[in-house]
Amino acid sequence: MVFWFDFFVFLIDALLYFCHRNEDLKQMLESSKDSAKLDAMKRIVGMIAKGKNASELFPAVVKNVASKNIEIKKLVYVYLMRYAEEQQDLALLSISTFQRALKDPNQLIRASALRVLSSIRVPIIVPIMMLAIKEASSDLSPYVRKNAAHAIQKLYSLDPEQKEMLIEVIEKLLKDRSTLVAGSVVMAFEEVCPDRIDLIHKNYRKLCNLLVDVEEWGQVVIIHMLTRYARTQFVSPWKVDEVVDEYNENNFYESDEEQKEKDQKMKTTYAMDPDHRLLLRNTKPLLQSRNAAVVMAVAQLYWHLAPKSEAGIVSKSLVRLLRSNREVQYIVLQNIATMSIQRKGMFEPYLKSFYVRSTDPTMIKTLKLEILTNLANEANISTLLREFQTYVKSQDKQFAAATIQAIGRCATNITEVTDTCLNGLVCLLSNRDEIVVAESVVVIKKLLQTQPAHHGEIIKHMAKLLDNITVPVARASILWLIGEYCERVPKIAPDVLRKTAKSFTNEDDLVKLQILNLGAKLYLTNSKQTKLLTQYVLNLGKYDQSYDIRDRTRFIRQLIVPNEKSGALSKYAKKIFLAQKPAPLLESPFKDRDHFQLGTLSHTLNSQATGYLELSDWPEVAPDPSVRNVEMAELAKEWTGILGKPKKEKPTEKFYSESEEEEDESASTSSSGSGSDSESEKEDKEEGSTDESSGSSSPSEESTDSESDSKESAAKKTCRAVNESDSEVIKKKAEGISKKRSTSSSSDTEYTSSDESSTGSKSESDSKSDSESGKSRNATSNKKEEKPVQDRKNPKTQDMFLLDLDDFCPVTPVAVPRAAVLSPSLAADLEGLSLSSSSVIDVTTQACVPTKTHELLHRMSGKGLAAHYHFSRQPGIFGDRMVPVQVTVTNTTDQKIENIHIGEKKLPPGMRMHEFNPIECLEPGGSLTATMGIDFCDSTQTASFQLCTKDDQFNVNIQPPVGELLLPVTMSEKDFKKEQGMLTGMNETSATIAVAPQNSARLIITERVVKAANLGVVPSGQDNIHRFAAKTVHSGSLMLVTVELKESSTAQLIINTEKTVIGSVLLRELKPVLSQG
Amino acid sequence: MIHSLFLINASGDIFLEKHWKSVVSRSVCDYFFEAQERASEAENVPPVIPTPHHYLLSVYRHKIFFVAVIQSEVPPLFVIEFLHRVVDTFQDYFGSTNVGDQLPTGQLSVVPWRRTGVKYTNNEAYFDVIEEIDAIIDKSGSTITAEIQGVIDAYVKLTGMPDLTLSFMNPRLLDDVSFHPCVRFKRWESERILSFIPPDGNFRLLSYHVSAQNLVAIPVYVKHNISFRDSSSLGRFEITMGPKQTMGKTVEGVMVTSQMPKSVLNMTLTPSQGTHVFDPVTKLLSWDVGKINPQKLPSLKGSVSLQAGTSKPDENPTINLQFKIQQLAISGLKVNRLDMYGEKYKPFKGIKYMTKAGKFQVRT
Repeated sequence: MVFWFDFFVFLIDALLYFCHRNEDLKQMLESSKDSAKLDAMKRIVGMIAKGKNASELFPAVVKNVASKNIEIKKLVYVYLMRYAEEQQDLALLSISTFQRALKDPNQLIRASALRVLSSIRVPIIVPIMMLAIKEASSDLSPYVRKNAAHAIQKLYSLDPEQKEMLIEVIEKLLKDRSTLVAGSVVMAFEEVCPDRIDLIHKNYRKLCNLLVDVEEWGQVVIIHMLTRYARTQFVSPWKVDEVVDEYNENNFYESDEEQKEKDQKMKTTYAMDPDHRLLLRNTKPLLQSRNAAVVMAVAQLYWHLAPKSEAGIVSKSLVRLLRSNREVQYIVLQNIATMSIQRKGMFEPYLKSFYVRSTDPTMIKTLKLEILTNLANEANISTLLREFQTYVKSQDKQFAAATIQAIGRCATNITEVTDTCLNGLVCLLSNRDEIVVAESVVVIKKLLQTQPAHHGEIIKHMAKLLDNITVPVARASILWLIGEYCERVPKIAPDVLRKTAKSFTNEDDLVKLQILNLGAKLYLTNSKQTKLLTQYVLNLGKYDQSYDIRDRTRFIRQLIVPNEKSGALSKYAKKIFLAQKPAPLLESPFKDRDHFQLGTLSHTLNSQATGYLELSDWPEVAPDPSVRNVEMAELAKEWTGILGKPKKEKPTEKFYSESEEEEDESASTSSSGSGSDSESEKEDKEEGSTDESSGSSSPSEESTDSESDSKESAAKKTCRAVNESDSEVIKKKAEGISKKRSTSSSSDTEYTSSDESSTGSKSESDSKSDSESGKSRNATSNKKEEKPVQDRKNPKTQDMFLLDLDDFCPVTPVAVPRAAVLSPSLAADLEGLSLSSSSVIDVTTQACVPTKTHELLHRMSGKGLAAHYHFSRQPGIFGDRMVPVQVTVTNTTDQKIENIHIGEKKLPPGMRMHEFNPIECLEPGGSLTATMGIDFCDSTQTASFQLCTKDDQFNVNIQPPVGELLLPVTMSEKDFKKEQGMLTGMNETSATIAVAPQNSARLIITERVVKAANLGVVPSGQDNIHRFAAKTVHSGSLMLVTVELKESSTAQLIINTEKTVIGSVLLRELKPVLSQG
Repeated sequence: MIHSLFLINASGDIFLEKHWKSVVSRSVCDYFFEAQERASEAENVPPVIPTPHHYLLSVYRHKIFFVAVIQSEVPPLFVIEFLHRVVDTFQDYFGSTNVGDQLPTGQLSVVPWRRTGVKYTNNEAYFDVIEEIDAIIDKSGSTITAEIQGVIDAYVKLTGMPDLTLSFMNPRLLDDVSFHPCVRFKRWESERILSFIPPDGNFRLLSYHVSAQNLVAIPVYVKHNISFRDSSSLGRFEITMGPKQTMGKTVEGVMVTSQMPKSVLNMTLTPSQGTHVFDPVTKLLSWDVGKINPQKLPSLKGSVSLQAGTSKPDENPTINLQFKIQQLAISGLKVNRLDMYGEKYKPFKGIKYMTKAGKFQVRT
C-alpha cells in the first residue's frame, strides 16, 4: 500500500513539472547529466498520468533502466509498467537489469525489481517471473517476501495457467511468520485459490494470533478470509439461542422441569470450538481501529460468526463510523440497515444517532430513515413519528416522499399506531406539494387494503382529491380504491366514473387502466346506473393508441358484457373482479440483502459481483478440528514465529493470548517507565529483519544478527529481557535442538498439546501413561463442552482484559500446580476453587531453554548407540512434579537398532520416573528424540537407570543441575518483596561477586541467569536490581533470586528460599555465570 | 483490488489516471458521468456504481472525484478508506512548504510510522484536545440529540525515539475510542493510559466519542421568529442568540448559515453585529456573527420577500451553527500528565483545549 502512496506523490510531482513542452525530451534523456534525465522522466510520467500517449519515447526511456540514480530508476520503472505491454520486444531489453537487481544486496532494490518485473505484462517472461517469485518467497527479508506475495496475484492475472505452481508458493508463504507477509499472502490466496481452505488449517491459529500486528489493509483481507473459513469449520453458535427460543414459544404447556431438562441438554450439546473462540477474541480489539474498513470487517465477522448475544458489541463502533466521510457513512448505513432488520436490539440504543440532519445528502437521509423504520417498535414509535413529522416537511421532496413510505411501514408493523398514522397521512392529503400528496395516496391505499373495514370517510375524502391531484400514480390509486370498495361508497363511485369518463382521453395510461377497472367493477355491482357509462368508457378504450389499453378493453368487455360468444367465465366475472385481494406487504428494501456477506461489494449492490465467494452455511457436524493442530517440531518453529513479539511470562491459566500479552505488558511496563510491548517488540523484530538485508546467508546467522542487534540497543531499552528470550528461541530453532515447546506457552498451542499427548498415547498403548492421559483427555473434552456456557455467565474469568471496562479487575494469579493436559477451562475452574493459600505466584513458561546437552551414553560404550539429554523446560508434560528431560538417541552403527526402551531403574527413595515410549526401530545413522519425566524430589541426586535395546542393556545416569529443578513463576515486584520479607534469616543466602563489566547490562544479566537456571523474570523498578523467581518442581517452594549491581563491578547475589540446600547450590552455580566474561 | 484510478475535477475533466494492471480505457468514466447527471448534486453521486464489466467506487473531496475502477468483489470500504488516505496524503504533501524533503523515506523504519534519525534543536510536543458538539435542537429549544466527538491532534517534534505517555484525570469519560496505530492498545485497556512512540510531526493520536447517553452541555441558544404568511409575499425573520452553558468562557467564531426555501426571493436584514450575506441564487443565508457578548446579544432582524404567486413554504429553514470556545473541553476531559521516556532532553510540552460546533442544527 505504501508503495501506492509513493506513486501518487510521484505522479503529482510529475504533474508539477508538466508545464514544459516535451519536444526536447529525447535529447534530455540522451544527456549525460542525471538532472536533465530526471527532469525528462518527470515530465514523461506526467504525460502518462494525464493519459497522454508517451509510447514513442520507449527506446529512449528504456536505456535508462540501468541508471545508477535511484530517482531516475524509479521513474523509468513507472514508465515501463505502463508501456511494456504495448512494446513487448523493447521491454525485453530491460529484463536482464531486473534479474540483476533481484540479487541486489539491498532489500528495497530486490523488492522493487520484483514489483516492476511482475508488473510488466509480457507473457514471454512468465517463466522468469515464476522463478523470481519462487526465489523471493524464500528471501531473508520479509519485505521482499511480501512483494513476492503481491507478485503472485499479478502473475496469476497475466497467466492463469501458472495456478498450480503459484499455489505452492502461496502454501509456503502462508507458513511465513512475519506480520509483514501475512496480509499480502492471504490476499494472494483469496485471488488465486480461495477454495483451498485446506491450506489455511495449519496456519489458522497463527493468523489469529498475528492479526493485531498485521498492517491495517492486511487485517481486512485476513478477517474476511477467516470469516469464510470459520463458516466451513465450526458448528453454528446460534442453534442454542434458537432452540431455546423455540421451546419458549412452542412448548408452553410442557412442565417447567421438562423444559429445564431440555434446555440443559441443548446447552451442553453445544460447545464452541476453542479455535472459533480464538478468532472472536483476537478480532475484537480491532473494533478500535481508525480504519473504517477494519472496523467493518470485524463487525461482519461478529455478525456472521459470533453467538447472537455477542454480536451487539460491534454496534457502538459502527455508529462511530457514522462521523466519517459521506462514502463511509453510505456503506456503513447500508450494512446497519440489513442488520437492523434481523436484530433490532443491536442498534436500538443508538436510535438518535440515526436522526436526519437537513445537511445530509439525500442518499444518507434515506438510509437513515430506513434504519429508523426498522428500529421502530411500540416503545419508541411516538418519538419516531414526531421526528418523521419534521422530515415530511423537508424541502428535499424526494426524502419527504420516502418518509411517507416509512410512516406507512410503521403503521402496518405496529398496529397500535395504524390509526394515528392513517389520520396523519390523510392530513397530508391537503399538503400543497403534489409529490407528498401523491405518495400519501399510494401509502393510504396500501394501508386501507390491509384494513379494509369502515374507512368510507377516507375514501370519500380521496374521491374529492381526484379533482385536483394530477400525479398519475395517485389518481390511479384513488380510482382503484373506489372501484375496490365501490359498495361502501355507492353514491360517489358512479359519479367518479362519470367524471373520469369525461377526461379519459387526457389521462395517463396508468389512470386509463384504472378507469376501465372501475367501470367494470361498477358494471358488475351497479349496472343500472353505470351500464352506459361503462360502455362509453369501453368504447373509448377500444380505439386508444396504447395497445395495452385496447387489450384490456377487449378482455373486460368479453368478461363482463354477456353475449352469445362469451364463455363460461363471464358467470364468474364478479368473483374474478371483486375477489378479496391480499394486502401488499410493506417491506424494507433491505430485506433480501442478508444473503450476501455483510461488508462486501455484492451486499452494497444487492447483486452478486464478479468473484463473490458465497459464505457457506454452518456445517451440521464440525469437521475434524485436529487439522488445525500443528505438529510438534513444526510447532516449535511456528511458535517462535508467533513470538514476533516475544512473551516471557505466560501464566498457564490464561487461555487466550490476548490476555496473556496483556499480562506481559502490564507487568513489564509497570516495572520500568519505558514500556516494552507490541510496538517496541515489533520494532525489534524489524531491526532484525533490516539486518538481514545486509546479506546474511544462513538462518543461524540471521538470528545471531538480530540478537547482537538487540544487545546493541540494550542500553536504550531498559526492559528488553523479553527480546532476549526471543532471539534465544530463534537460536534454538536454528540449531534444531528445541523440538518441543512449552505446553502452557500460548493459548492455542495448549489444546494442541493435550490433543497430541492423547493421540500419542493411543499409538503407544502399552505405555503406562496411556490410561492417565486418556483420562485427562476425557476430562478435557468434558470441560471444554461446558466452557462456553460458563463463559457467558461469568465473563470475568475470561474477559477481564477485554474492552468492557466494567469487567476489568486486577488478576490475582494463583499458584495451582496442575498438569498441562488439563483444558484451560478446567484450569480456570480449579482456580476458582483456589486450592492454594498463596495468591501471588503463577507458573509461567521458561524464559529460555538451555542449549547445553549432556551425554547420557557414549557411542563407544553403547555399542554404537549414543544418547544425549537436555532439559527442555516444558513444565508439566508428565504431571506437575516431573522435570522433563529430552533424550536424543542416535544410531551410529550400520544396522537397525530395535526396541530402545528404559529398563531397570535404580532410583533413590521418593524419586519417580516417567519413561519415554519405546522406540521400535532406529535406522542406521538415524536419530530420534524422546521425552521423559523425572521427579528428582528437589534434590540433585542421580537418577540411574538402564537404557535397553533389543539385545543390550546400558547403565546410564542423569544428574540434574540445580537450575533445572525449578519452574519459573511470574509475580509482581510487590509480591516478590513481600515473599522475600518472609524468607529471611536462615532462608537467605547471599554472596558478593565480581561481575564482568560487559555483563552488567540488564539484558545480559537476565539472559545469563535464566539460561543457567529455569527462573522467571520479575519486573523491577530499579535499574540496578534484577529479580527472578521460581518454585521448586517437586515441593513448590519459592526460590527468589536477586541480583543487585553495586559500584565497581561487583554485585550482591541473594537467594531466598525454604529449601536452603538447593538455595546454596544454586548460589554456587550462579556465581560463575555472572562473573565470567 | 484497485485496477485503475481516475481523478475528475469539478468541470468533468479526467485530469489524472493511473493503472495498476492493464490499462482500462477512460471511457469507463462515462458511466460515472451518467450517474453524476442523475444525482444532480455532487454529494448524491452513489459511491458505488456498477457497470457491465467494472465497478466504480468513488470518493468526493475538495471538489474532486477520485474514481477507482474495480473488477471483482472487494470490501467497498477497503477501497473507499484507501482513497481517502490517498487524498489525505495529497493534502499533507501539498500543504507542506518544502516539497522535495517530504518524499516518503520508505517503509522499513524500525517503527513503521516514524522515520529514524529525527533531530531537532527545539524539542516540543503539543496536543490539542478538540471536541465537537453534534446536536439537533428542536423548535422549542429543547435538545433532541447531542453527542460529543473528540479528537486529540498532536504536533510532535522530538529528537530520537521518544516514548510518551499521556494520562487523563477522567479517562472513563471516553466512551468509544479509536487510536493511531502507534498507541499501545493493551496499556490503554489495562491502565487507561496512552502510551506511544509518536510519529514525527502532525498526527491524530486519538478520536473518541462521548455518547448521547451522557448529558451534553449546550453552550449557546437561539431564539427565532421566522414566519411566512400566505396572504402577503412578505415574511418575518428574526433570530437572536446567546450563551448558555459556557463554563464562563467566551463563545467566538460564531457563524450562522441557513438554507432558505426556494420561494424566497430576497431578504432585507439588519444585524446587530457582524456581517451577513444572502445569496439569491443558492438561497443560502450566512451571518458571520463573531463573538457573543452576553451583555449585548447578537441579533439579525428583517423581512423576507417571497416570490409572488407561490404558496408559503411548508417548512421553516433549519439554522446551522458554527462556534468555537477556547480553553474548554465541553465533556470535561482533562489531561493529567504527559511524560517522556527513552530520551534524555527535556521537551517543551503544551496542551490546548477547544470546543467547536460539529453538526449543530436548530430546527425552526
